[in-house]
Amino acid sequence: MKAFTFERAASPAQALAAAARAPGARFIAGGTNLLDLMKLEIETPQHLIDVNGLGLDKIEATPEGGLRIGALVRNTDLAADARVRRDYGVLSRALLAGASGQLRNQATTAGNLLQRTRCPYFYDTAQPCNKRQPGSGCAALGGISRQHAVVGSSDACIATHPSDMAVAMRLLDAGVETMQPNGARRTIPIADFHRLPGNTPHIETALTAGELITAVTLPAPLGGKHIYQKVRDRSSYAFALVSVAAVLQPDGTGRVALGGVAHRPWRVEAADQALPQGAKATTALLLAGARPTEHNAFKITLVERTLDSVLAAARSRA
Amino acid sequence: MNHPAEFTLSRRGLLQTGAASLAVPVQLAAAATPASPPAAAAESSRAGVPMSVNLTVNGKAQRLAVDPRTTLLDALREHLHLTGTKKGCDHGQCGACTVIVNGRRINSCLTLAVMQEGSEVTTIEGLGQPDNLHPLQAAFVKHDGYQCGYCTPGQICSAVGMLQEVKQGIPSHVTGDLTAQPLLSPSEMRERMSGNICRCGAYSNIIDAISEVGGVKA
Repeated sequence: MKAFTFERAASPAQALAAAARAPGARFIAGGTNLLDLMKLEIETPQHLIDVNGLGLDKIEATPEGGLRIGALVRNTDLAADARVRRDYGVLSRALLAGASGQLRNQATTAGNLLQRTRCPYFYDTAQPCNKRQPGSGCAALGGISRQHAVVGSSDACIATHPSDMAVAMRLLDAGVETMQPNGARRTIPIADFHRLPGNTPHIETALTAGELITAVTLPAPLGGKHIYQKVRDRSSYAFALVSVAAVLQPDGTGRVALGGVAHRPWRVEAADQALPQGAKATTALLLAGARPTEHNAFKITLVERTLDSVLAAARSRA
Repeated sequence: MNHPAEFTLSRRGLLQTGAASLAVPVQLAAAATPASPPAAAAESSRAGVPMSVNLTVNGKAQRLAVDPRTTLLDALREHLHLTGTKKGCDHGQCGACTVIVNGRRINSCLTLAVMQEGSEVTTIEGLGQPDNLHPLQAAFVKHDGYQCGYCTPGQICSAVGMLQEVKQGIPSHVTGDLTAQPLLSPSEMRERMSGNICRCGAYSNIIDAISEVGGVKA
């Protein structure tokens, strides 16, 4: 690990001021992804700002009937919150489908959103990677790409976003609340939070330099059946090949989002309209323009079949 | 085998000597850090200077001076010589380093010691002693829940945390009804223990051991 200096911030204002003083500094909360990458010298911050003392660890009701989830709420606590289990089951299910018990105890809500890809070529510093070293090329193109993106990818990057939680938040139209170094607050719709790779796969989110996530908001509950189905190479503690998050109403309408297929949690609002017609019609809209590689073309079929299974489960639980 | 007094150097003694020689002040860090570190805020380290951190480990207050890069795992093993906690993958994938921090099981390899200021840490050494085993330690012995034993401290700390999580009503991926109190079953235990890898494959005996303590028929 490269050497760095370290400080503990006691308030969001203090954290923002620290970040403004040290360009290139990183906030650290759970640390489960950042420290992993620092050990491999994929991330080499010169300064770390520990934000665990910021007090952003509450889940509160909003006046609009939704929830505001503090940035530091641990994945375990979010999944176990009684309101989340009752009203946002798809979020609870998505969280519980990810990582291990130990990691969920440490990982935070904001950190989960900011997870970096698990593309093996991003992790292998001997390989070119436009995300790790802009302009160096993409070893996944032409490499072994079974795990990689099938839609929304570019000639510069075919990595996927690894989070399960973010897929459920995309489905639920969450908002990402932030503070900028000048103290300005804004809410970034989750749909605009994660970027497609384009020619700049190293820029992954809409956050600007030194901007701090303070909370994630959920709109009022949608009702319906909440399902998160994840398909992976082993039955626990593995990243998704594909995952389907859905909220389905008794009349067959609903909404759907996908994980494991793109550089960001994947949702196409127009595809929701096709849900009453079934998995085939919906998948055609969800994955229109897909560009799979020879190794991951199976994901197209897998999405359709997983969605079919989700729709059947919703009907049987009616 | 178990007569360390007869030998001038035990394996543990060697480890401690090795660790002590690593503990000389680290000066090379200064060269790799920026020439002008950021202005100090409330609590900030200076480049190349060890940072102090206060921990309570197995009930005992400890004050350490560590390079900020030191993980909690390395602080436990190399600074406090509590070598029961094992380093397997060092990337949060195997669970060998699992300890209990403020009542929760975590991977000690994926947190920095300086991030744990004021934390209460319990390691395998704090759960029980050879003449006074924790019920899970005794159950692992009884059910032969290991072969090589390297993953065992992590498995036991993880199981202690896991049983507590079930008691607290925290659901898992295999919990059928999210709104009900989860029940401890073999499938629940397997899912909840999936962050602990055993390369010897002692899983069925591990489940038997945890089942006995958790009051489940495996």
